[in-house]
Amino acid sequence: MTKFTEEDVKYFANFARIAISDEEATTFADIISDLVGFGDALKEVETDHIEPMTHPLQLFNVLREDVPQDILDREEMLASVEEHEAGMIKVPNIL
Amino acid sequence: MTLMKKSAAELQQLLHNREVSVKEVTEDSFKQIAKLDGKVQAFLAVTEKEALAKAESLDNEPMDKRGPLFGLPIGIKDNIITKGITTTCASKMLENFVPVYDATVMDKINQAGMVNVGKLNMDEFAMGSTTERSAFKTTHNPWNLNCVPGGSSGGSAAAVAAGEVPFALGTDTGGSVRQPAAFCGVVGMKPTYGRVSRYGLVAFASSLDQIGTITRTVEDNALLLNAISGVDHRDSSSASQQVPDFRAGLTGDIKGLRIAVPKEYLGEGIAEDVKESVLEALKVLESLGATWEEVTLPHSKYASPVYYAIATAEASSNLARFDGIRYGYHPEGAKNLEEIYLRSRAEGFGTEVKKRILYGTYALSADHHEDLYVKAMKVRTLIAQDFAALFEKYDVVIGPSSATTAYEIGGVVQNQLTLYANDVLTVSVNLAGVPAISVPCGLSNGLPVGLQIIGKHFDEALIYKVAHAYEQATDFHTHTPSVGEGNE
Amino acid sequence: MNFETIVGLEVHVELKTDTKIFSPAPSHYGAEPNMNIHVTDLAYPGTLPTMNKRAVDFGMKASMALNCEVAKVMNFDRKHYFYPDNPKAYQISQDDRPVGSNGWIEIEVEGKKKKIRIERVHLEEDAGKLTHSDNGYSLVDLNRQGTPLIEIVTEADIRSPEEAYAFLEKLKAIIQYTGVSDVRMEEGSLRCDANISLRPFGQKEFGTKTELKNLNSFNFVRRGIANEVERQEKILLSGGKIVQETRRYDETTGQTVLMRVKGSANDYRFINDPDLSEIHIDQEWMDRVRAEIPELPDARKARYVQELDLPEYDAHVLTLTKEMSDFFDATVSAGADAKLASNWLMGEVSAYLNAEQKELHDTALAPEGLSSMIKLIADGTISSKIAKKVFKELIENGGNAEEIVKAKGLVQISDEGTLRTIITEILDANAQSIEDFKNGKDRAVGFLVGQVMKATKGQANPPLVNKILLEEMNKR
Repeated sequence: MTKFTEEDVKYFANFARIAISDEEATTFADIISDLVGFGDALKEVETDHIEPMTHPLQLFNVLREDVPQDILDREEMLASVEEHEAGMIKVPNIL
Repeated sequence: MTLMKKSAAELQQLLHNREVSVKEVTEDSFKQIAKLDGKVQAFLAVTEKEALAKAESLDNEPMDKRGPLFGLPIGIKDNIITKGITTTCASKMLENFVPVYDATVMDKINQAGMVNVGKLNMDEFAMGSTTERSAFKTTHNPWNLNCVPGGSSGGSAAAVAAGEVPFALGTDTGGSVRQPAAFCGVVGMKPTYGRVSRYGLVAFASSLDQIGTITRTVEDNALLLNAISGVDHRDSSSASQQVPDFRAGLTGDIKGLRIAVPKEYLGEGIAEDVKESVLEALKVLESLGATWEEVTLPHSKYASPVYYAIATAEASSNLARFDGIRYGYHPEGAKNLEEIYLRSRAEGFGTEVKKRILYGTYALSADHHEDLYVKAMKVRTLIAQDFAALFEKYDVVIGPSSATTAYEIGGVVQNQLTLYANDVLTVSVNLAGVPAISVPCGLSNGLPVGLQIIGKHFDEALIYKVAHAYEQATDFHTHTPSVGEGNE
Repeated sequence: MNFETIVGLEVHVELKTDTKIFSPAPSHYGAEPNMNIHVTDLAYPGTLPTMNKRAVDFGMKASMALNCEVAKVMNFDRKHYFYPDNPKAYQISQDDRPVGSNGWIEIEVEGKKKKIRIERVHLEEDAGKLTHSDNGYSLVDLNRQGTPLIEIVTEADIRSPEEAYAFLEKLKAIIQYTGVSDVRMEEGSLRCDANISLRPFGQKEFGTKTELKNLNSFNFVRRGIANEVERQEKILLSGGKIVQETRRYDETTGQTVLMRVKGSANDYRFINDPDLSEIHIDQEWMDRVRAEIPELPDARKARYVQELDLPEYDAHVLTLTKEMSDFFDATVSAGADAKLASNWLMGEVSAYLNAEQKELHDTALAPEGLSSMIKLIADGTISSKIAKKVFKELIENGGNAEEIVKAKGLVQISDEGTLRTIITEILDANAQSIEDFKNGKDRAVGFLVGQVMKATKGQANPPLVNKILLEEMNKR
């Protein structure tokens, strides 16, 4: 069974943008190791000619006409924003 | 005696006879909530002011314009978007989030003339099966306040069971309507994927999520599903299939019904009392003219790992939008953008949510995408094919809704076989996208047992017919928990 | 050692739909910040994308015009990364089943024709706009979020900055002809990144490439690539190694500057978007879209050369934009001589448009007007000198050349009697010039023609004046 390490936790947490303390990393490493082992069970299933089921319903060509509607009011949008300026959402620089 | 334990038909009769007004029905719901919710803890928000104002205006509507659900109170699981009313997903991430739009189901609830009385507790972002993973409160099972109500729609099931509301909406990604309905002794339906619009349902796993209905009786459930079903141009995964009048099919006649009972549904990990109740229920159905055979769902043993890979992968994607910028939890004093991201998501999400995002991120990462995520989707195809094969010979598939009855709050289910059996019973239905209902089928040590009836795609009408015939032949639905009646 | 330049381009083109690709918010350029938004563009919880049919049509149309195979079945995928201009933290794009694949366009550089292969054309959504300020903050405007884009990815077939320029010029012309985009680099509706590497001539394997961004005009693309080639060449010649990195072209210094080193830091974790259905394109849909594609620049060019006898160069310039080409066609249809029409459009008309910073549709000139003027020149009613006056009137105020000529009395004097009278008078008054002429001084003729033109306000028919003048002088 593959062991999911603290480093793995931090590696994937970085993609998911979740700050992880060393203590949490240890906890998650154990829990996720179990899940990874659990997932290994799938390896025994023969799926060579099986298509992946990406959608539970096989719908196709669900399309919308190109007509504007339901425009969101800017003030309503800004109401939930922490900080804004000149109608725009203010965010600090990356680093 | 509360009005909240009456059926829709009974309440309509009272309204038509002007024995009660919509306002009085609504007030009764709030009275019940005031009386019981201190113990049950089902509600995260109660919308008394808005609800009473709406009730008053509904009282002015002419009688002939009123449908079967007109003027009746409903509680809404807190991952369904309600305009102007906080929608938290029981997460710190959305603690103060007030949406600017309504979910499609809320539009439909409003069109039916129903009154939203509040938002119901759940496991954070619907990830859990006990409602203990709510960031705000723990909901208690009305049948035994020391027990969990199940989850993730635990607030919805508990509120209906306790008699705080006659109707509630829940959501079901891997059993989250059926299992709490079973634990709380109420009727819970997970419709066919695509039957009900997901627009305005905060996505957990987009290819599995469905909004479901929780009520005291099958007939009420059928009425509520009729009200919220149908294709929606805002949800490209919603189905254009005709929605039949579900109530019209409730004839009680199930003669010749062919039932499949997968041996995996009554095997290892299923508690004896649950097994007995289900076998009893099958006898009742036989007495009504149905026949049943033991069958097998050969790939059901993979349902659990498949579900974990797919549900967490999709969750890691769907929950990426919670970044502390446009709405939601925003950490104090973050110095730069990177810190806003890292801290809003570290501080806003609970442990279970983080765990699933991490595993889902792993499942989608370049090195594991094919072996885990795509592989799981392929096995999902096999699981769906298993069901399709059964439905060529049988009308419905029956088993328990949960491997056990409700367990104690704070108690961890240690038995791996039980955990595993729970997933086999519930998540395979979501993976296949088929509809399934849980109806009460017994009490064991004072706790309800749920019978699960699974149908083929878009065959909710038959599921309701069977569930209704069973319900009418038994008296389990007449049992109500004693909470709030002074003798618990 | 000599190096071969290897360039591949990634070109983003915004599609000119009325609404966004996955939401019904308007998508036009130039609105006040955050006014063209929908709850879906903000990635509010519970919102879902809906696919704009016209965006699919446009993606197909562009693919067909670029000689691509159009997918019979395609889907949309989520590409994950966090950034404030990307509200869902994933971009909906097409990963393994793009709308178009295996296309090409033909370019011509220094008289040599060459096909540049197009690997793929895929549909995706644009991101919002981030304005950086110098006080440590950025401002997010989500109007552009969700604007439909096609990304056109070429094979690494381009071998010089000039070929890159020619490719973009041709690509722009083709896309613009199809009408799916304004393809205006200055408005960001066409954006280009270049992947650049060098290898010793004769070597098969590609060298390490760098990605060049911030190329804001075709000229900057040309210069940016040239500068990057120079930089890489220097490194290689001094025994160094090229680092795989993203660089930015600095317009003021003309140099490329390091933005970031590419590591393994990106893992986009693509998933087939469960919120959007597959798209199946049948023959009928394909035929409908194909029927909407107008004659493209290459076909027009060939027609101008073969049917209208225009020089290659004229045909190329006239077909660079659909507007010019359509105008030329209409002018010829209205009866103008093709070569004269071409001369006027490439000469006076283009000079006017450049000087005034205008496009054809901003002027009052109509193909019928230009054609009427060309006809008057051809039949000798007006001289080319007069024509310039008529042209100014046509392009500024519009109308018909004949009416302008009539109203302003600009008709050429071609009546021999009238001219002979005027010439006789002028000869009478300039005895010295006649003397000079007889003494072999040809300059005298020019002087006398000038006098006639002055007397007739330039309206005298010049060949006729010459003829009568010589006759009359020889009589004396």
